[in-house]
Amino acid sequence: MKMQAMLNGRNVEAEIAPDMMLLDFVRSQGMKSVKRGCDTGNCGLCTVWVDDKPVLSCSTPALRVKGKKITTIEGVADEAEAFSSFLAAEGADQCGFCSPGLIMNVLALRKENPHPSMDEIDEYLSGNLCRCTGYQSQRRALAKYFGIVEERK
Amino acid sequence: MKYVGKGIVKKDAKALLSGKAVYTDDLAPSDALTVKLLRSPHAFARIRDIDVSKAMLVPGVETVISYRDVPRRRFTLAGQTFPEPSPYDRLILDEYVRFEGDPVAIVAGRDEKCCIRAMKLIKVEYEVLEPVLDFRKSKDNSILVHPEADFLGHTELGTDNMRNLCASDFSEEGDVDRILSECEHVVEGSYHIKAVNQAMMEPFTAYSFMDTYGRLNIVSSTQVPFHVRRNVAHALDIPKSKVRVVKPRIGGGFGAKQTAVMEIYPAAVTWFTGKPAHLIFTREECFINGSPRHEMEVTVKLGADGDGKFRAVDLYTLSNTGAYGEHGPTTVGLTGTKSLSLYSGFEAHRFSYDVVYTNVLSAGAYRGYGATQGIFALESAVNEMAERLGMDPIKLREKNMVHEGDVLTHYYGETASTCALDRCVARVKEMIGWDEKYPCREVAPGRVRAVGMGMAMQGSGISGVDVGSAQIKLNDDGFYSLLLGCSDMGTGCDTILSQMAADTLGCDIDQIVVYGVDTDQSPYDSGSYASSTTYVTGGAVVAACEQMKKKIVSCASELLGRDKEELSFDGEKVFAADDEDICISLADMVTSLQAGSAGVLCAQSSNTSPVSPPPFMAGVAEIEIDLETGKITPVNFAACIDCGTVINENLARVQAEGGIGQGIGMTLYEDVRYTDKGRMMTRNLMQYKIPSRMDMPPIHVEFEQTYEKTGPFGAKSIGEVVINTPAPAIADAVYNATGLRFRTLPITAEMVLKGLKEKGSR
Repeated sequence: MKMQAMLNGRNVEAEIAPDMMLLDFVRSQGMKSVKRGCDTGNCGLCTVWVDDKPVLSCSTPALRVKGKKITTIEGVADEAEAFSSFLAAEGADQCGFCSPGLIMNVLALRKENPHPSMDEIDEYLSGNLCRCTGYQSQRRALAKYFGIVEERK
Repeated sequence: MKYVGKGIVKKDAKALLSGKAVYTDDLAPSDALTVKLLRSPHAFARIRDIDVSKAMLVPGVETVISYRDVPRRRFTLAGQTFPEPSPYDRLILDEYVRFEGDPVAIVAGRDEKCCIRAMKLIKVEYEVLEPVLDFRKSKDNSILVHPEADFLGHTELGTDNMRNLCASDFSEEGDVDRILSECEHVVEGSYHIKAVNQAMMEPFTAYSFMDTYGRLNIVSSTQVPFHVRRNVAHALDIPKSKVRVVKPRIGGGFGAKQTAVMEIYPAAVTWFTGKPAHLIFTREECFINGSPRHEMEVTVKLGADGDGKFRAVDLYTLSNTGAYGEHGPTTVGLTGTKSLSLYSGFEAHRFSYDVVYTNVLSAGAYRGYGATQGIFALESAVNEMAERLGMDPIKLREKNMVHEGDVLTHYYGETASTCALDRCVARVKEMIGWDEKYPCREVAPGRVRAVGMGMAMQGSGISGVDVGSAQIKLNDDGFYSLLLGCSDMGTGCDTILSQMAADTLGCDIDQIVVYGVDTDQSPYDSGSYASSTTYVTGGAVVAACEQMKKKIVSCASELLGRDKEELSFDGEKVFAADDEDICISLADMVTSLQAGSAGVLCAQSSNTSPVSPPPFMAGVAEIEIDLETGKITPVNFAACIDCGTVINENLARVQAEGGIGQGIGMTLYEDVRYTDKGRMMTRNLMQYKIPSRMDMPPIHVEFEQTYEKTGPFGAKSIGEVVINTPAPAIADAVYNATGLRFRTLPITAEMVLKGLKEKGSR
């Protein structure tokens, strides 16, 4: 079937199978930042934006977002770096495999809620799993990015 | 020191954080055949007949491989130095399938769809056999998991396939039974640690292709590229010269990728068909065909005198290696070596073990590698001893713990050359506010907070076995290329080793270009495991850079016409100490070497250490328990670590926080579970829960640095020790909150609630 979308500001068209998932579609279009980490919509690695809202691309049929605007980290490089430099400064990138999905969700959070509390951040990002960091260094980076003064419990 | 000790940003940070295509699956050629595996639905069966003829007719299918098509040459998938202690007990595909999920056939085709269609058309006739599923009943069972005649194990390790034994050993110093009988206090208990999955975010994946020279190339997300080369060559019965293994960036390993669980399947397809092939495991396959932690039951008898001085200890470990013996004979040893050595002054100690085969998934390496299991058992027993004595568990440890200069109790006769365990314990006590919080307090009606503690140690590489190597080359303008054979799996060892190189050579860290592993080009390295990269490979890097400095001065001496002894090198130029005008910059030196003068400045060094100096740590957990529901919420974790010199403060801290996070997961909910037929029940991240950020308490990490003379810049290891304290600390905190003693992990809300109800009704 014919698929068409605005992928990172570029019009893309392709003939795809009706059951192709958005994750496989964006990867087939060269957006390799989008990762598959599970089969069940649990890990958040595949997070992309559809019309500027975060979705799990592994669980979204590509044809359902036909004609829409799809954004991956490749399309928001500068915005992403404004946050990711904080991750890097903490050593929170580690293996990096969960980073693009996490960053896409962090940027989406900022648009929705520019001044979240740490609890709101934890809740918003709870679907972004990371196995390397125990989340502490991510929290430090997030606190700096959102300008939260961390209080030690 | 310009770089060592600082929180230097990882060299690959920018690529990783901008989502560059740097992982195996991102790099696979688009024309590669998709590889899928048909798996056994039975825990134990013999394949009476397999008919692939219909499957081969599916359009797009390139090949279907069954056990009849592969070399009958047994091997192990364990990534260990040759000769591997793990038995040679598997074939690429076997007539017998030994666990639910064991591969039966390899299918390769144009795309996933045609492979799946073909898999459905493979006709397999199974003779279903009764499996051995209870590891407590496996030894000397009449059912044999490996009855085959060509099984190859090490009898000196106690391997005996006719008794379902993957390994077995016994050692004793002093008369343990006599001294235990004299002890005023003896604590005895069996501690059951379940299999848990590493759940690294990047699934197992590899692709393969034939190169211009007719060689089999494998690109794999592996911690052990050189071992993969040997395993694959051995399994396919081809010379190692025909195999090249390349490791790109890795999306986490934690030991899972120290077993070559799947490289052989695309490799076999490429070798048989000549075509590129690509396999990526689904998350379900990562669970059912991965390499989880060995399930173990550790039985401890600990004896002390009336003052709480330990006199004797007896430790027996029963380990479940599952269907195959990967890492079976080696993980188990650490349950003794790396628990008993936390204490000194035993008059007698005994350590014995059996490692048994069963019809569940083969276990493998997971951060902590047996030490985690042993430490949970011994540290829990010590906490129980403290209770028996009515003594603060920290005080009991102060009486008995190992100190710098002590001979380690059960650690190859090594001495604790550096040990700040005492300072670590004192520090965590302050960090958590132990005296105010121990043992527990009610914070609200029905909600109790309590603290518990544990100590831990690990090694730094495997003494006398692990080899790390580094090669450094001087290039134009004076930049260096550093070739490494160890695998950076996200930990940041490429960066840490560059920090060491830059400080040894006195150059800017950007002048060091680092190359990850390509078995054709990198110097041999046994791989990234056993907490070895910083300590073992780091030693090689420093030695290679020292050599390089000498070569630079020696080369300048010829060019400047002055004796080497009169010259100094400051990282940028070589100059005469008595006359700074006599000087040549590194850049000019390289230029002169590249025109009309033969000579490449290159240095390399290998490092193996006769000792494996243990890092030490202390950890305290503070938890809150809801007495109405049994829910356990970790609210704080304090850790203090002696890893020698901290090379990269940020990366060391993240190692600690991440390891503690995994430790909390295995203590409270992670558990690989099976049905009574041997089918794994925890097959995805919904059924097998790993900690999310909502589950993580604040983790406070500090370092008590020591200077380990045998380590690069005084460093010891950090990667594994950090996972070992949460289990005993949380288990004791649960006891302090509820009076319920749990000796089986994970400790769930259901168990606590049930225990509270039983206690209430008594």
